[in-house]
Amino acid sequence: MLEINNLHASVVDIENSEILNGINLKVGKGEVHAIMGPNGSGKSTLANVLMGRPDYLVTDGDVTLEGESILELRPDQRAHLGMFLAFQYPAEIPGVRPWQFLKAALDSKAESRGEDKMSVRNFSKLFDEKVEAVGINPNLVKRSLNEGFSGGEKKRNEMLQLEVLQPALAILDETDSGLDVDALRIVAEGVNSMRSPERSFIVVTHYQRLLNYITPDVVHILVKGKIVKTGGADLALEVEKDGYQEYLEAAGANA
Amino acid sequence: MTNQNTISRESDLSGGEYKWGFVTDIETDLAPKGLSEDIVRLISAKKEEPEWLLEYRLKAYRHWVELEKSEAEPTWAMIDYPPIDYQDIYYYAAPKGTNEAPKSLDDVDPEMLETFEKLGIPLQERAALAGVAVDAVFDSVSVVTTMEKQLGELGIIFCSFSNAVKNHPELVKKYLGSVVPYTDNFFASLNAAVFSDGSFVYIPPGVKCPIELMTYFRINTEGSGQFERTLIVADKGAYVSYLEGCTAPFRKTSQLHAATVELVALDDSEIKYSTIQNWFPGTKDGEGGIYNFVTKRGRADKNAKISWTQVETGSAITWKYPSVILKGDNSVGEFFSVALANNHQQADTGTKMIHIGKNTKSTIVSKGISAGKGSNTYRGQVQIMPGAENAVNHTQCDSLLVGDECGAHTVPYIEVRNPTARLEHEASTSKVSDDQLFYLMARGLSEEEAHHMIITGWSRDVIKELPFEFALEASQLLKVSLEGAVG
Repeated sequence: MLEINNLHASVVDIENSEILNGINLKVGKGEVHAIMGPNGSGKSTLANVLMGRPDYLVTDGDVTLEGESILELRPDQRAHLGMFLAFQYPAEIPGVRPWQFLKAALDSKAESRGEDKMSVRNFSKLFDEKVEAVGINPNLVKRSLNEGFSGGEKKRNEMLQLEVLQPALAILDETDSGLDVDALRIVAEGVNSMRSPERSFIVVTHYQRLLNYITPDVVHILVKGKIVKTGGADLALEVEKDGYQEYLEAAGANA
Repeated sequence: MTNQNTISRESDLSGGEYKWGFVTDIETDLAPKGLSEDIVRLISAKKEEPEWLLEYRLKAYRHWVELEKSEAEPTWAMIDYPPIDYQDIYYYAAPKGTNEAPKSLDDVDPEMLETFEKLGIPLQERAALAGVAVDAVFDSVSVVTTMEKQLGELGIIFCSFSNAVKNHPELVKKYLGSVVPYTDNFFASLNAAVFSDGSFVYIPPGVKCPIELMTYFRINTEGSGQFERTLIVADKGAYVSYLEGCTAPFRKTSQLHAATVELVALDDSEIKYSTIQNWFPGTKDGEGGIYNFVTKRGRADKNAKISWTQVETGSAITWKYPSVILKGDNSVGEFFSVALANNHQQADTGTKMIHIGKNTKSTIVSKGISAGKGSNTYRGQVQIMPGAENAVNHTQCDSLLVGDECGAHTVPYIEVRNPTARLEHEASTSKVSDDQLFYLMARGLSEEEAHHMIITGWSRDVIKELPFEFALEASQLLKVSLEGAVG
């Protein structure tokens, strides 16, 4: 489904700011990949570059979705192809209600595919169902998007969007950070219930604890912008026990 | 090298198309260019006005001549424009054959009906179904007012100003100039001398007007000025919601629009006045566009309420301060405004709240959006007079910047002469952030949709004050006015 080849990226307008140093990664249909790494390893950058954040410049390599390069596509076009990024720090947008925002997002996706827009009635029903499923306070979604939401509420709101938009490839950027155990479980349940042979996930996380609830098919260790080790679910447990030190030292010696 | 930078980082707010820029090909009755006592007499004669009104105009004209001689054209606003040549303007332009007001829609020139149809203004009887009565003003003349008869059954008068002069001279004489005297300011004097047409509304005591009243102003003739005059009187305990909309053709020369609006809210009454101002804003290079110099003011008597809501997206220059004189005890004044300045547009707009009565209360919510090379200034005055015990004012003014070549300014004046007053002032300036844009785009919204959603969301506190259909129109207008903002 997703293929990343020798991906290099740096910060726009800053010289020698390379963050990703040649990433290679293949995510097959229906697979759940975890990307783990210490702070500053480039995990979040990778997630954002995949979605097309304009703060980063791809300097080399390619990313393909179903065989087609997506690097020239705008974020909205990537979303229309079925990509989704659950943000680590979702933006606050005053005066815009989550309902209105999600309806517009669904509509623009439908429009890009030449499909009919969902009726307001059907959408309302879907929305209410999903609000209950992710356990978000119904009063909250009547307010402005993310404005005044606690960290946990923001993450639940991201999961609500994930559930409504039903993407083909979902990238979760440290969705577990700042969550208590209950919220963590809800996020994990959301992901697990959406796992299907047709849908892939990339779960970016610093800690192993989210992976207690979501069992990944593949775990990658990212250090200094490179994947230094790939393994099965056990690899996450190893990291939990031993930390990233050995990988950091190895990467340091290489540099 | 592959460029990942797929959202334009600089907002080039330019190419927005002004969809209302067409010209109606219609025969026009024009007075010669320029301003003189003769022109004032001519306008008055064309309208077959009574002697007292001609006298009023002449007094205003003479006062204006003095003001012009002493160079009293106001210069304090943060706007910049070449000197206006007042002798190079047509002060009277009327579609031929409208000297006699049409009795019904059948008498209206089909070309004109089509114009208003194109503008989306329903003049046909189906307008009745939409629950709106419309007064359509084309250049200097009101061409038709719908539903006059139905409203008449409730004792409500809704007609063109000219008709009011003919049919209700006692009301006009009593209230004309009672809130905005002809000596008020340079543009108000000019308007009092040459005002053409506009709307007149009178709601009798205790009557709640059941439908929205709307006036639609259209400038068509090149080189003409528009000087409309609107007077709304809500008698004791009455209620009315009134809306005005404005457009003009696409032209590379500027046109002057100097209107005066007076609201009189007698005891226990309420007037809600909403404006969607979409005069031609000029080209993206700053050529042409309407110079909008408007004096709007209301007087609220005991327990009365006046509420101004405006969405200002048009005009090359906007100079406008809808105000409320809170004369009666317990009276309430409100001002809700969204003003957008894109390309080379300049807006200097705000309000005055003058508290005279006891327990008077005013609220100001001003939202200024600056984009392109636009300049947006909020100018507000809150005045608490010595007798205004327990007056309360809350002011909130927010500025939003799109791109980095635009400007936003806030100029609040506060004058408190009674120690019991309570005033709050909040102000903020923000930018549409890259984070917000990326967030919305990552969910599938185009850059333009994302901008529009952020801006209408930010303006929501004001837009929600508009009657429902007009709220939709306002939101659409913000979208169109920002088209080409991104790209």
